[in-house]
Amino acid sequence: MKKYLHPYALAGVIPACFFLIFYFYPLVGIFIKSFFDPLLNPDQLDVSVFDQVFLSARMMKIIWFTFWQAGLSTLLTLVFALPSAFVMSHYVFKGKKIIKILASIPFVLPAIVVATAFQACFGENSFFGFTIKNPLMLILLAHVFYNFSVMLRIITGFWASLQGQIKEAAMVLGANPLQVFLNITLPLLKPAILAASVLVFIFCFSSFGIILILGGPSYSTIEAEIYRQAAHLFNLRVASCLSLIQILFTFALMWIYTLFTKRAARFTPDAGQANLKKPDRWWEKILIAAVTVFIITLCVIPLLALVVKSLSHNGEWTFLFYKALFHNASDSIFYIPPFHAIKYSFLFAGAALVIALVTGLCAAFFIRFADFNISNKISTFFDPIFMLPLSTSAVTLGFGIIITLDKPPLNLRTSIFLIPIVHALVGFPFVLRTILPALRSIPQNLADAASMLGASPFKIWRYIDLPLISKGLVAGAIFAFTISLGEFGATIFTARPETPTIPVAIYRFLSQPGAINYGQAMAVSTILMITTAIGFIVIENFRIENSEGF
Amino acid sequence: MIKFKIFTIVLCMIMLSLSACSNSGKKKDEHGNSVKEIPSITIMTHDSFSVSKEVVAKFEAKIKAKMVILKSGDAGEALNKAILSKNNPFADIFYGVDNTFLSRALKADMFVTYTPLHLDKVDNALKLDSKNTLIPVDFGDVCLNYDIKWFQDNNKQPPAMLEDLIKSEYRGLTVVENPATSSPGLAFLLATISRFGQDGYIDYWQKLKANDVLITNGWKEAYWGKFTAASKGNRPVVVSYASSPAAEVFYSETKLDKAPTGVVIANGSAFRQIEFAGVLKGTKNMKLAKKTMDFILSKDFQEDIPLQMFVFPASREAALPEVFKNHAQITKEPAFLDSDLINSKRDAWIRHWTEKILQ
Repeated sequence: MKKYLHPYALAGVIPACFFLIFYFYPLVGIFIKSFFDPLLNPDQLDVSVFDQVFLSARMMKIIWFTFWQAGLSTLLTLVFALPSAFVMSHYVFKGKKIIKILASIPFVLPAIVVATAFQACFGENSFFGFTIKNPLMLILLAHVFYNFSVMLRIITGFWASLQGQIKEAAMVLGANPLQVFLNITLPLLKPAILAASVLVFIFCFSSFGIILILGGPSYSTIEAEIYRQAAHLFNLRVASCLSLIQILFTFALMWIYTLFTKRAARFTPDAGQANLKKPDRWWEKILIAAVTVFIITLCVIPLLALVVKSLSHNGEWTFLFYKALFHNASDSIFYIPPFHAIKYSFLFAGAALVIALVTGLCAAFFIRFADFNISNKISTFFDPIFMLPLSTSAVTLGFGIIITLDKPPLNLRTSIFLIPIVHALVGFPFVLRTILPALRSIPQNLADAASMLGASPFKIWRYIDLPLISKGLVAGAIFAFTISLGEFGATIFTARPETPTIPVAIYRFLSQPGAINYGQAMAVSTILMITTAIGFIVIENFRIENSEGF
Repeated sequence: MIKFKIFTIVLCMIMLSLSACSNSGKKKDEHGNSVKEIPSITIMTHDSFSVSKEVVAKFEAKIKAKMVILKSGDAGEALNKAILSKNNPFADIFYGVDNTFLSRALKADMFVTYTPLHLDKVDNALKLDSKNTLIPVDFGDVCLNYDIKWFQDNNKQPPAMLEDLIKSEYRGLTVVENPATSSPGLAFLLATISRFGQDGYIDYWQKLKANDVLITNGWKEAYWGKFTAASKGNRPVVVSYASSPAAEVFYSETKLDKAPTGVVIANGSAFRQIEFAGVLKGTKNMKLAKKTMDFILSKDFQEDIPLQMFVFPASREAALPEVFKNHAQITKEPAFLDSDLINSKRDAWIRHWTEKILQ
């Protein structure tokens, strides 16, 4: 019937090329080199790499720990995020916007800074009056601290558009609130809950800095072990083998997830004004107060501890550390003027956001198109593939980039363009996961009807699809932006002094002793938090339709 | 609708600023090409490398080349990246192979043999590669640092040697780094192996463990998280560098006459980390690369090292800055292990240590 290629089918080409060039090509390159280049591992030729990995009790312990800490972290995050998402998607109250922004800031902070904040809050002489010494508790707490906003944003966005007649209908028919929640709300929320859980699980699964710093030497994840094997022992076979385990597992998990979400309940999201209300009953007020107090305790107080440290020295308030930022004490060429760092951080984050949004949108539309028009199998295959960068070891990919992207026309290994590209590779899965649940729930007949009435594919995209996914789009954009600002996987590229970012500045200060270095690191961390908050406010104001509530 | 337009406009602006970025990059290249006399020399190194603007200016005036620096991760990672890319190197010079990685670097056969000027000013003890493919450029001693004020307040003697740490009066006072994940941690492990031998070091560590030593994965966590002189932690003894007290003075908010921290360097308690540099095979500008090596051993560059990286210059003719003269000590008899022995045993020692001490 259709002789021309549908634009959505063509859209798939963009993310596919992006992945082939910047993800699969380097990875395949490094795998081939590590498994088949005898020069790299001359001493280990006699022992098979699989024996080294699967017969080692230590490795199996690491693999097992990686799984269960990720599962437990995800569960805990969900337990805390669900009630908060309920409040955020149902009520208007004072300070809601600020709280939402504050809850997302932890996501950008480097692990070493989070450790400092936790030390202030839960270490000796803590604010709260109690100390947490158990490293495992600290790891779980840090994972909740980091990922709380991922769950909160994704579920809130979906929940806010759920409001409507269906619940009221159930109420009229005599269902009590619990029945409504269990039989209507929860099944309808399932796609969002699963999407958020999968993201958080994969994120904790490949956790690196938090485990190393807060967990101490007794705890290790697959990701941390890959780093150790590749960067310190130069045992690339074991590193590649572990990377493959990570990738295969993520693929399997995503495959199961895709099957599950296919069977999830479908509904038409409501793009209009969500009917948020003011709390009027006593329990509503208590609930809001409880959620607010929880978010402030979890996110705001640790952040505030950093700000306090940046502003005080020996018990006195001072701007000394901020002033010192503008002074190059050792005349180093690596001195980072604060405004430069802010500028480059924004530039890279903006570029990463654009790349992630464009490729993410294209991929989402392609997958939806494939769902309806080609075959379910295609999306069951592509959807998991698009999630892989999230759990791929940064050091493996980085080594791959070094040996593959080294010749023209792709001589990118020292290019500054590699930075936003690599950041976008990690931001992209977030964009896809936040858009896809909403996009999949749009019935095809809506587009057909519009098409019948003479709307062009662009018009359908612009006036039907785009508004309906706008909430997810904003959330995805925020995550892509924060991932780049926090510079996850900084090890991938080679840093040049000309283009410093804020996290680079933090690390530079913390790498040498001296009270002033420490104070400056705290000051730069504070600047990073403020920069992030400004970024969030700007992105949130780009919303395409003014749908309140998220 | 208006918001959509704003969104599009901002998208375009970001795109434009990006392309502007790329243009400015190109301009630099064009600039470099148009003035053909100024080629560039790229130095690949680790994240802790630093050099002052003044020395870069001297370099550019003397060598007539632009200095480009690529930081490529920590010491191990940067070297591995260089080995992986040896057929198509990133750079002309690699700076920062330390003696624990020396054999790995030499085995990769990626450096050009070249004896730079001023090499005669370097102590023979630092020259571990007899063929001069890798040249010693700086060194630092990894050792115990202690919080002077804490020991005064608690009326205790600070430790004087490694053996002190296992005595009961030093119980629960020490924090060290994991040798599997930290370079000072590995150096400290090597110091104990040098002191107690390959048969005795595990025994020492087990006693250390019984004496409630704290182990962190990295120097940052230990120093900024647990060391009493630098954080709210509760450990007054930490594994750091012999030059750390000088850094404490240089980077203090008020002028200090006396460093807040002391070092334990006597009786083979300090392990010397020597850093090497060399010209990478496959450099497109051999002549300039060799001149750069000369420059690295020259007084200009060597005198810049202490305050930039807080390690000691390899060249004897380089004068030390005041803060180093007053607050940083050079170990007279550092612990020593042969670099071939380190290379062949490193992984086994770390594995052994991990099994016995961590688990």
